[in-house]
Amino acid sequence: MSVATPLLAVEGLSKSYGGIHAVRGVSFSLRAGEILALIGPNGAGKSTCFDMLNGQNQPDTGQVRLLGEEITGKKPREIWRMGVGRTFQITATFATMTVRENVQVALISHGKQLFNLFGSAPRFERGEAGRLLELVGMGGYADRPCGELAYGDLKRLELAVALANQPKLLLMDEPTAGMAPRERVDLMRLTAQIAREKSIGVLFTEHDMDVVFEHADRIIVLNRGTLIAEGTPAEVRGNPQVQAVYLGEGLVYDARHREGAST
Amino acid sequence: MAFYVVQFLTGLASAASLFLVASGLSIIFGVTRIVNFAHGAFYMIGAYIAFTLTERLSGAFGFWGSMVLAAIAVALIGVLVEMVLLRRIYHAPELFQLLATFGLTLMVEDLVVLIWGPDDLVGRRAPGFRGAIDFFGQNIPSYDLFLIVLGPVVLGILWLLFQRTRWGVLVRAATQDRDMVAALGVNQKWLFTSVFAVGVFLAALGGALQIPRDAVHHAMDLRIIVEVFVVVVIGGLGSIVGAFVAAVLVSELNAFGILIFPKISIILVFLVMAVVLIVRPWGLFGKPEAPARKTPGLTVNPWRPLTSNERLLALAALVIAATLPLFAGNYALTVGSEIAIFVIFAVSLHFLMSVGGLASFGHAAYFGLGAYGVAFLAKMAGLPMILCLLLGPLMGCMGAAVFGFFAVQLSGVYFAMLTLAFAQIVWSIAFQWVSVTGGDNGILGVWPEKWAGSPSHFYWLALGIAALVTIALRAMVFSPFGYALRATRDSLLRTEAIGINAKRIQWTAFVIAGTTAGIGGALFAYLKGSVFPDNLGISLSVDALVMVLLGGVETVSGAVIGAIVYKALSIWLISQTDLSKLVLGGFIMLIVVVFPKGIVGMLEMLAQRRRKSSPPGSSLLAKPIESAE
Amino acid sequence: MRARNYFVGAAFALLAGGMAHSALAQDIKIGEINSYSLLPAFTEPYRKGWQLAVEEINAAGGINGKKLVVISKDDGGKPADAQTAANELVSSEGVAMLTGTFLSNIGLAVSDFANQKKVFFLAAEPLTDAVTWSKGNKYTFRLRPSNYMQAAMLVEAAAKLPAKRWATIAPNYEYGQSAVAVFKKLMSEKRPDIQWVDEQWPPQGKIDAGPVVQAVAAANPEAILNVTFGADLVKLVREGNTRGLFKGREVVSFLTGEPEYLDPLKDETPEGWIVTGYPWYSIKTPEHDAFLKAYQTKYNDYPRLGSIVGYQTIKAAAAILAKAGSSEPEKLIAAAEGLSMPSPFGEITFRKIDHQSTLGAYVGKTALKDGKGVMVDSVYKKGSDYLPSDAEVEKMRPKD
Repeated sequence: MSVATPLLAVEGLSKSYGGIHAVRGVSFSLRAGEILALIGPNGAGKSTCFDMLNGQNQPDTGQVRLLGEEITGKKPREIWRMGVGRTFQITATFATMTVRENVQVALISHGKQLFNLFGSAPRFERGEAGRLLELVGMGGYADRPCGELAYGDLKRLELAVALANQPKLLLMDEPTAGMAPRERVDLMRLTAQIAREKSIGVLFTEHDMDVVFEHADRIIVLNRGTLIAEGTPAEVRGNPQVQAVYLGEGLVYDARHREGAST
Repeated sequence: MAFYVVQFLTGLASAASLFLVASGLSIIFGVTRIVNFAHGAFYMIGAYIAFTLTERLSGAFGFWGSMVLAAIAVALIGVLVEMVLLRRIYHAPELFQLLATFGLTLMVEDLVVLIWGPDDLVGRRAPGFRGAIDFFGQNIPSYDLFLIVLGPVVLGILWLLFQRTRWGVLVRAATQDRDMVAALGVNQKWLFTSVFAVGVFLAALGGALQIPRDAVHHAMDLRIIVEVFVVVVIGGLGSIVGAFVAAVLVSELNAFGILIFPKISIILVFLVMAVVLIVRPWGLFGKPEAPARKTPGLTVNPWRPLTSNERLLALAALVIAATLPLFAGNYALTVGSEIAIFVIFAVSLHFLMSVGGLASFGHAAYFGLGAYGVAFLAKMAGLPMILCLLLGPLMGCMGAAVFGFFAVQLSGVYFAMLTLAFAQIVWSIAFQWVSVTGGDNGILGVWPEKWAGSPSHFYWLALGIAALVTIALRAMVFSPFGYALRATRDSLLRTEAIGINAKRIQWTAFVIAGTTAGIGGALFAYLKGSVFPDNLGISLSVDALVMVLLGGVETVSGAVIGAIVYKALSIWLISQTDLSKLVLGGFIMLIVVVFPKGIVGMLEMLAQRRRKSSPPGSSLLAKPIESAE
Repeated sequence: MRARNYFVGAAFALLAGGMAHSALAQDIKIGEINSYSLLPAFTEPYRKGWQLAVEEINAAGGINGKKLVVISKDDGGKPADAQTAANELVSSEGVAMLTGTFLSNIGLAVSDFANQKKVFFLAAEPLTDAVTWSKGNKYTFRLRPSNYMQAAMLVEAAAKLPAKRWATIAPNYEYGQSAVAVFKKLMSEKRPDIQWVDEQWPPQGKIDAGPVVQAVAAANPEAILNVTFGADLVKLVREGNTRGLFKGREVVSFLTGEPEYLDPLKDETPEGWIVTGYPWYSIKTPEHDAFLKAYQTKYNDYPRLGSIVGYQTIKAAAAILAKAGSSEPEKLIAAAEGLSMPSPFGEITFRKIDHQSTLGAYVGKTALKDGKGVMVDSVYKKGSDYLPSDAEVEKMRPKD
């Protein structure tokens, strides 16, 4: 840990449902520009953990700090305003609006123009929206209705939307789920490139180990709600505990994941 | 003490008939998501057919046989309706099925009069259940006891049906997750048909069982339909047990409520519903609705501002409309004013419903509040007309601010029903507070001042305001706020994740829509010169829904066309025939089948098809002209 | 958006269509509005009544030699729609006067319209006292005996009953409320010794009769005033009969003797209720005989009270038009004020002071005969005997 305040600091995060510990005492931190993967088998508590970071879910105990500022207990929209963008495991976009409009909504929110009743939204930050779409390779799709997009394109659109408020931190829940192998590599490369250029910290969960080991700077491993390993891809790969967990059920979860099941 | 026991039992008997009808509605809604407005009509037909049968078949067997036969006959009618009408429109926009069942209801109300005549019909008493049983000096009708037993028996049968049969398991699965059942490869068509048949059977049985205690007449459906919806919602949509508990709750509160407040009945169910929904947003036994999964490849055309050609066309239409006083008489002008006012009303609901995805079933409340606002200001404060027109809508605005705050905490049908409850509460205040509102006799003598008094001047005033309102709301659709509002409609999860306080956006939209409706109401008060509780009533709220749906709920300006067509047609029909409901109902059903996206929705689709098949040269129309001022 | 043009055009075409047909210039046209689609049970006999009157009038040579034409419109039971209809009749059809209406609020809406547009209006059926008193205006006349008059007729009989503990059941809207209020006031004047022990206000058309009956019975009144009618009355009577509410209790009931409300009760008709109504089977006057014969010949059906009201409304309208010799509202008013004319119930007069006609009603007792409800011991009460003093009327009525 460097002397400087980490971008994201998580300490002793716990959550239980009816006596079952979904997440137990999880602590980790993330630096600006760093890409951190959160992995673990099904039911390890990844999604619960994730949801607690952006306010979707509230922890029983523990703290989350963004650049030293406490964000535990805040609402997702407040956390977003502090510079945390998020993409979802199952994409959440505005299906009846065009691709560009999806990005414009985020820009409108970022520009605090939500209650502007008589301005022109089609012209609002049109250029910026175009740039963001170009950035994620969606420039040619700007006028397409979002409901017509292929799944991989929706994921890229979500990334563009998440970048609209110039975030310091990106939370990406299974960013490549449902994508073709080629697309996965492209998207993660893109993400990594953006993160390095803009010095954005990225935390992502992922089932595809190829993606994880290729793109993550560091990996943390959850099992049954507890953190069992942390380190560089090489360190984690060699960790016997991690191997035990994954060899034990790796094939099973991988097959399930391909059918779209989730933690 | 005996009295309280008997009063309790009496309440239970009332609950039983309510439960029968409500359970049917709940099952239908749970599985098909159809807001079956015609449920009351099926209840009424059940009563009429049972009446005819009981008059012909004698003896105990004849009587009870008639009950069951009538219910089966109506269930068959239900199957027919489902197969011929509803099946065609399951994929239509949300609530479009409401329009179809509304049309059906209108037709049935006239048809029963044509078939059975206008007189109230009083049927036989149930053999073996004619008298009363003495309970410590209090009489309980034996038929009541029969009903008290029947309620739980039906509940039990339904429970067994749902728990112990494959069909029941499918129904429960479909209630929780429709897509799942479709994915399981179940023949959804027949599941829906059978569910509809069972629901209608229960409604008809409930109607038939009224024969020994009620009169059969052509307004029976209206008497029960709203109350039944309320019971279903209090209980929690799709929950049969919830419907039972809610029916008992409502009936008992009424039975004991009238001992303390004899005037409570008129508003009781709505008060209970409002309280329940505010405390438990999904009813007593309901579960939070899984957010509807939007089908990929949703065929919604992205909305865009008008092209300059289209603007010219709209302007031309407005100019033509403005020349009406040059050739039309006073009556046509007054009708024109009325249509203009309903355009205002319809676009205000459209803003909430289409742009915001919040279908209000009680939008007339804000229209009526605007009208009453004007009446109070003009009659009590004696303010000049121009001030009244400016300030009157503020009552709609305030009402919307208060009720909207609670309503936007809910969504879907629960939102709709809470708005209905609020509207009914406002209605009953207007109806009951005679010293201030004049009760049902209304406030008279709210006539326009001289400058707006002539039909042509008033027409121009109404047309001008309608045009301004329509333009303003349309501009808002394409404003940053409009984008945000559409965003909340499409995905609450996403809006929250990009820093948007969705509830506040929706609340603002509610207030805007309420204020706009109030503007319509304010003009309406001056057009009619009087204000009545009708102006806040359910049927006006339903009219607004119908106008929006008819025009096309997925379009930007369908409401304008919907209002013009519906209002002009209904005024013309009521002037031409006593069977206006029959014709109007038939027309609506025809529209529903032929134009499942509404009139404008369908026209847009046709235009789009033509555009796609035409050479690129014609893309001038299609190209959004963002730079147009 | 191109569609807009087309639809605006279509809408106007519809309106124009509505204006197209009109009768010949020599005809005298009367506009008539009623709740035909909402209340067919009451308005069908009413329509038959006025159609008979039109036929008779034209057979006898019309009005001052001109043919009488009645243009009839449905109001769907809504005041706003009634106004639209009134507007159409006046603006497009050019009728000489407006007549009709059943519901009180519609009667008031049309009356206010008439006052604003300076059109003569003869209200047929609405009962509210406001039509001629608190919201009366110079353009509006009313045929049917008002709420107050019927209450006064019933009080006359009710005051003679020994009962001291009274309960009331009335529909929860203006008609029910003012019927109870007037009855209580007049009754208390005559019988200061009586007590009001309970009141029930079921919503109109939605009575939950069981609990209501039980609640009234619990108050143990000696007599009951009922104002419910129609389907509510049926439910109330059935529950009351089953639960023994009416046993050993006097019941005084508004309107229940009218065939519209009495006939549906069939063999469940409670006996001995003191009611206002129309016992067409036992009225033996030459005027009524003539009406009855003509009605039965034409329709092969017996008349309801609505038939009388419809018939007399048009007869009265014709008499007013004939006397005025003009369709100017001011002349019609002058002609109508104080005008007397025959009716199936005997001679009636439109009072100058408040424009109320002196048409009366029959008061009698309900009874069962051959499994059907009838009125027995019926006596005709002249309307003129049951109106307050002129001074009181003047106090209530706004100055024109």
